[in-house]
Amino acid sequence: MMDALELLLNTNLWAAVLRIATPLIFGVLGALLCERSGVLNLGIEGIMTMGAMAGWLTVYMGGDLWTGLLVAAICGGLMGLLHAMLTVPLGLSQHVSGLGITLFASALSYYLYRLIVTVGDLPPTIEPFRPLDIPILSDIPVLGPILFSQTIPTYLALLSVVVMAYVLARTPLGLAIRMTGENPHAVEAQGLNPIRIRIGAVVAGSALMSVGGAFLTTAAFNSFFPEMVQGRGWICIALVVFASWRPGKALLGALLFAFFDAYQLRLQTVVEGVPYQLFLMAPYVLSIAALILVARRAQVPEALMTPYRRGER
Amino acid sequence: MRLERRAHVPLYLVVVAPLAAVAVALILAGALIAAAGVSPATAYAEMLRGALGSRLSVTEMLTRATPLILTGLAAAVAFRARLWNIGGEGQFFVGALVTAWVGHSLALPGPIGIPVLMVLGMASGALLLAGPAYLRLRFSVDEVVTTLLLNFIVILFVGLMIEGPLRDPLAFGWPSSVPVDGDFRLPDLVTRTRLHIGFLVAIVAAGAVWLILARTVFGAETRAAGLNASAAAFAGISLPRTLMGVALLSGALAGLAGSVEVLGVTAGVTTTMSPGFGYAGIVVAMLAALHPAGVVAAAIFVATVFVGADAMSRATGVPSFIADVIVALCLLTMLVALLFTTYRVRR
Amino acid sequence: MTPVLELQDITKRFGTLTANDDVTLTLGQGEILALLGENGAGKTTLMNILFGHYAADEGTVRVFGKELPSGKPRAAIEAGVGMVHQHFTLAGNLTVLENVMLGSESLLSPSSGRAAACRKLMQISDRFGLPVTPEALIAELSVGERQRVEILKALYRDARILILDEPTAVLARPEAQRLFETLRDMTREGLSLIFISHKLHEVMATSDRVAVLRGGRIVAERKTADTSPEELAELMVGRKVERPVRQGHEIGAPVLIAEKVRVEEKGEARLDDVSFAVHKGEILGIVGVSGNGQAALGALLSGLTTPVSGALTLAGQDVGPLGPRGMIRAGAGRVPEDRHAEGAVGELAVWENAVLERLRSPDFSRRGFVRQAACKSYAAELIARFDIRGAAPDTRTRLLSGGNIQKLILGRCLSIGPRFVLANQPTRGLDEGAIAAVHAELLAARAEGAAILLISEELEEAVALSDRIQAIVKGRLSQPVPAHDADARTLGLMMAGVWKEDDHAA
Repeated sequence: MMDALELLLNTNLWAAVLRIATPLIFGVLGALLCERSGVLNLGIEGIMTMGAMAGWLTVYMGGDLWTGLLVAAICGGLMGLLHAMLTVPLGLSQHVSGLGITLFASALSYYLYRLIVTVGDLPPTIEPFRPLDIPILSDIPVLGPILFSQTIPTYLALLSVVVMAYVLARTPLGLAIRMTGENPHAVEAQGLNPIRIRIGAVVAGSALMSVGGAFLTTAAFNSFFPEMVQGRGWICIALVVFASWRPGKALLGALLFAFFDAYQLRLQTVVEGVPYQLFLMAPYVLSIAALILVARRAQVPEALMTPYRRGER
Repeated sequence: MRLERRAHVPLYLVVVAPLAAVAVALILAGALIAAAGVSPATAYAEMLRGALGSRLSVTEMLTRATPLILTGLAAAVAFRARLWNIGGEGQFFVGALVTAWVGHSLALPGPIGIPVLMVLGMASGALLLAGPAYLRLRFSVDEVVTTLLLNFIVILFVGLMIEGPLRDPLAFGWPSSVPVDGDFRLPDLVTRTRLHIGFLVAIVAAGAVWLILARTVFGAETRAAGLNASAAAFAGISLPRTLMGVALLSGALAGLAGSVEVLGVTAGVTTTMSPGFGYAGIVVAMLAALHPAGVVAAAIFVATVFVGADAMSRATGVPSFIADVIVALCLLTMLVALLFTTYRVRR
Repeated sequence: MTPVLELQDITKRFGTLTANDDVTLTLGQGEILALLGENGAGKTTLMNILFGHYAADEGTVRVFGKELPSGKPRAAIEAGVGMVHQHFTLAGNLTVLENVMLGSESLLSPSSGRAAACRKLMQISDRFGLPVTPEALIAELSVGERQRVEILKALYRDARILILDEPTAVLARPEAQRLFETLRDMTREGLSLIFISHKLHEVMATSDRVAVLRGGRIVAERKTADTSPEELAELMVGRKVERPVRQGHEIGAPVLIAEKVRVEEKGEARLDDVSFAVHKGEILGIVGVSGNGQAALGALLSGLTTPVSGALTLAGQDVGPLGPRGMIRAGAGRVPEDRHAEGAVGELAVWENAVLERLRSPDFSRRGFVRQAACKSYAAELIARFDIRGAAPDTRTRLLSGGNIQKLILGRCLSIGPRFVLANQPTRGLDEGAIAAVHAELLAARAEGAAILLISEELEEAVALSDRIQAIVKGRLSQPVPAHDADARTLGLMMAGVWKEDDHAA
C-alpha cells in the first residue's frame, strides 16, 4: 500500500502524465472542434492510426520530425474532408461514415506499412522528438522536470488548448462554429454558409487528431506497429462529453485519464498477484464511469448530429 | 445541385446499389494493389481462385462467412432501431468465452448440450449489450462509446481468463482456453472440411430474424420506433422496451456467433480468434442495407474477400490487409450508394 | 415614388409543385404591405426567395433599384433586407448578443468587438423600443422576448426593408398590439415592411396595402382602406367554401372529468389546478395563445403524461395513470398536434399507421404475429369511409398530402366509436377543403355521442365547432362559457387571463 502511494511522489510519474496526455489532448481538441460545429467524427481512431503511420513513414523516408507532423496533419485533414463531404453536403449518417473512415484509415495505414515492412521483421525505429529542457525553468525542483522538460509537441498541445479556447470564445470564427453546432439555420439566416463552416471545422479537427496520432510514433514510441492506438480515439470521444465540449475541461479530462494510465503502469510493478489485464482495463472502465457521471447534465450542442438541409425546417 | 427525395425506390436500384458500391471499392483498392507492383486483375483473379476455386476453398469461405452472418444480423437489427451497437466484437468474445468455459465440463449428452451452450452464448452476448442499452435509457449515455470501450475490456478479460482459471495446460505456443468437451463439437457439414453445421444455424438465424422483423408485433414496433420515435411513443409503443428488446436480440446474435465459432471451429477461446468479426459485421449489415436476407449474401461476399486475400497474398505478395481496405471502402461506397436510392440528384 | 423593392415574374418549382407562379410585387418607401393567403399558398416561399434562402427558377428581385443575386442571404442582408422568421433562427445555448452579432464581422478577424457591438445593440434597442438583456441566454427568454431578438438581429444589420413571417402566431393579443405599434414606429423611422399573415383582422388593422396569394399566384392587390375582410376572405379561398354548421342538440352526462389536475415538467407546473368536464355529445373548445399549456393538456389526455395530483376519469374509470394504450382501451381517440412528429410514421405504409396504436389487439395480431390481411382490409375501409385520397393500404404514408394524413389519423381514431376524442389543433396547416372535411367528421362524431375536447389556436374554428369554450392561460383554465355567449370581447378577456377565480364548475 505504501509503495502504491509512494509512486505518487515520483516526478517521473507526473512527467509521464503530460507525455501520455499529449495525444489525448490533440485528439480531444480535434473531436471537440468537429462536434462543436455539429458533426460527430467517429473516424478519430482511424485518423490517429493514420497520423501515427504517416508521421513515422515521413521520418523513416528521410524527412525531419516537423515534416512528419505536417504530413500527418495533411493526411488527417484529407480523411476529415472525406468524412465531412459524406456527412455535411450529402447528409449521410455520421455514425456509419465515421466508422467507415476508422476502418478505412486503419486498414490503409496497415496496408501501406506492410508494403514497406515485411511480416516478421522488427518494426524499424526512427529518431523521435527529444525532451526540450527550457532554460532556468526546467531547473525548478519538482515542477521543472514535470512541466518544463517535455517535447515540443507537448508544449504545442498545451498551447492548442489555449488557442482553441480563445478562438471559440472570442473570435467571430469561433462564434460562427458554435452557432453552426447549435442552429445552422441561424447561421444561414445571417448570411454565412453553415456547410462550409462544418466542413472546415471537421477538416481542422481531423488534422489535430492526426497530429495526436503522430505524436505516438514521433515522440512516445519510436516506431509504428498495428493496433498501437489501442482505443485512444474512442476515449477521446468519451472525454469530449466529459469536458462538456469545452477546451479547458478537455485538458483536465485528458490529464486525468493520462494519470490513471500512467499510474496503472507503475502500479503493476508494485502490486503483486493481480493480473496485469485488470490494470489495463482500468482506463476504459473509468471512461465509462466518467461518461455516466457527466452525461445527464451535458449541454450538448443542439444541432450535433442533425444534418443540415437547406430550406428544410 | 440539389437532392430530391424519391417517391418510391425502384427495385432495380436496390439490387444495383450494392453491386455498384462493391465495384467502386474494388476499383479504388485496385489502385493500392498497383502500388504494390501487382496487376489488380491478377490479384483479383487470385482472390477469386483462393476463395472459390476449389471445393476446399469454398468450404473455407463459408466457414468464415458463418460468424459474419451472425454479427451482420446483430448489427442490422440494432442499426435499424438506431441502436449503434459497435460492441459486436465484445459480444462475440463473451459468447465464445462462456461457451468454452461451461462446455468444458458440462455433464449433458451432446445433442442437448450443444443447444444449451448456444443459448448460453446468446444470453451472455445479450446481457453484455443490455448494459450500454440501460445506460442509454437511464443516463442518456451514448452507446457508441460504451459498446466500443467494452470491446477492449472484454478482450482483456478473455486474456485474463485464458492465462488464469481457464488456462489450457496442453496448449503449445499461443495461450488458449481449455477446449469444450468433444461431445459438443459441431458435426461437419461437408466431410474433411472445416465447414460445420453452424453455417446452417446462421442461415436459420437469418430466417428467424427476417420473420421477427417483418411479421411480428415486436418487429413492427421496433421499426416504427426506429423511424419516428415520437410518433411511436404517441401510439403507445414503449420506447425503452423496444430498445431493450432490440439490444437483447442484437447482443444474442453476436454472442451466438462466438458460441458457434467455438463449437464449430476453434474448440477453445483465444484472444486472436476473431479477425474483427464484430466490426466486419457492421459492414455486412450496411452492404445488406440492413435486410436479413441481404446479410447472408453480403457475409458471403466479405468472407470471399477475406479468404481470397489470404491466398492472394501468398501468391502475389500483396499484403493481406488489402482485404480490410476493400471491406472498409465497401462500407463507404455503400453509404453513398444508399443515398442514391433514397434521393435523386437534381440541378 | 420609386419602389424600394420590386419582385418581377418570380417563379419557383419544387418537383411537380409550382410554389410561386409568375409573381410580381412592389413595395413602396415607408409602406406596410401585407401578404395574405391560406396555408400552402406560397407566401413563405416567396419571402424566402426574397431573402435568399431559396433561388428563384425565374424572375428577378430588385432592392433600391439594384438587382439582387439570387439564393444568397448575405447579398440580401447587405442590400438592406432583413427577415424575422416564423420559426426563430436563434440558438438557445448562446446569448442575445452572440445571436445578434453573428455574421456581422469578418470571419478572419482575430477578435470580436463585443463592447462596441453591445453598445450598438442597446442603441437600436432603445431607438425602436425593444428592450433586451444582451448577456441573457436565449433559452431563458419568453417567446415574445425571443421575437424581439429576432427583430433586433435584422435591425442590427441595418435593414431598411423588413420581412415578418406570421409575426403574431405565438403572441398574445396585448403583445401583438404592441408589436404592430412598433412596426408603425419603424415606418416612421424610414423602414418599409412586408408581413405575412393569414389573420384578416391584423391585415385590416395594420397594413397600407394587401396582396393576396392563392395557389402560388397573386390574385389581387388592394389598398387596405379600399377593401373589407369579407372580400379578402373570398379572394384568399377563391370560392365560397361552406364550413359545416353545428346543430344544437341534447348534451348528455359528463364523460371525461378532470378535477384539480396538476401536471409538472422538471418541477414546474405546466397545468395548474385544472378542472373541466366534457359531456356526451359535446365539443368543449379550449382556446389560447400558443405556449400556455396546450401541449401539456394534449399530452395528458393522450396518455403521454400522468398528473402529479388530481383526478382524471373517463366514463368513471381512472385514466390518470394510464398510458396511450390504456386510454385507447378505455375508449379514447386522439388526434395529435403535429401529425408529422406524432401522428404518423411517414416511412410506414398507410395500413401500418392505421393499426399502429392497436397492434396488440386481437383484431390485428395473434400470438405476437401481425395479421397483415386483417390490417390491410381495415385500412381499405378507412380509406373508403373517410375519403382518404391518393392512398391504397400499401402506399407510403409520406406521399399523402397533409389533409389526407390528417383524415387517416382522424379515421383510425373515430372508427372505433370512441367515447372521448381529443382533437389537438386538428386543422393546423390544412387547406379549406381539408378543414371542412375534418370539421364535418368531428361534428358527426359529436352527433353520435362522442365527447370531444378541441384544442385550437384558431378562434373562429373553436367558436364554430364548440358547445362550450374555456380559455387556457399559463396552465390554468377559465370558466367555461357557452358558445353563444362567446363574442370577441369575452374571448379576448378570457384569453388574457381575466376571469373570476372562484368555482370552476364542471
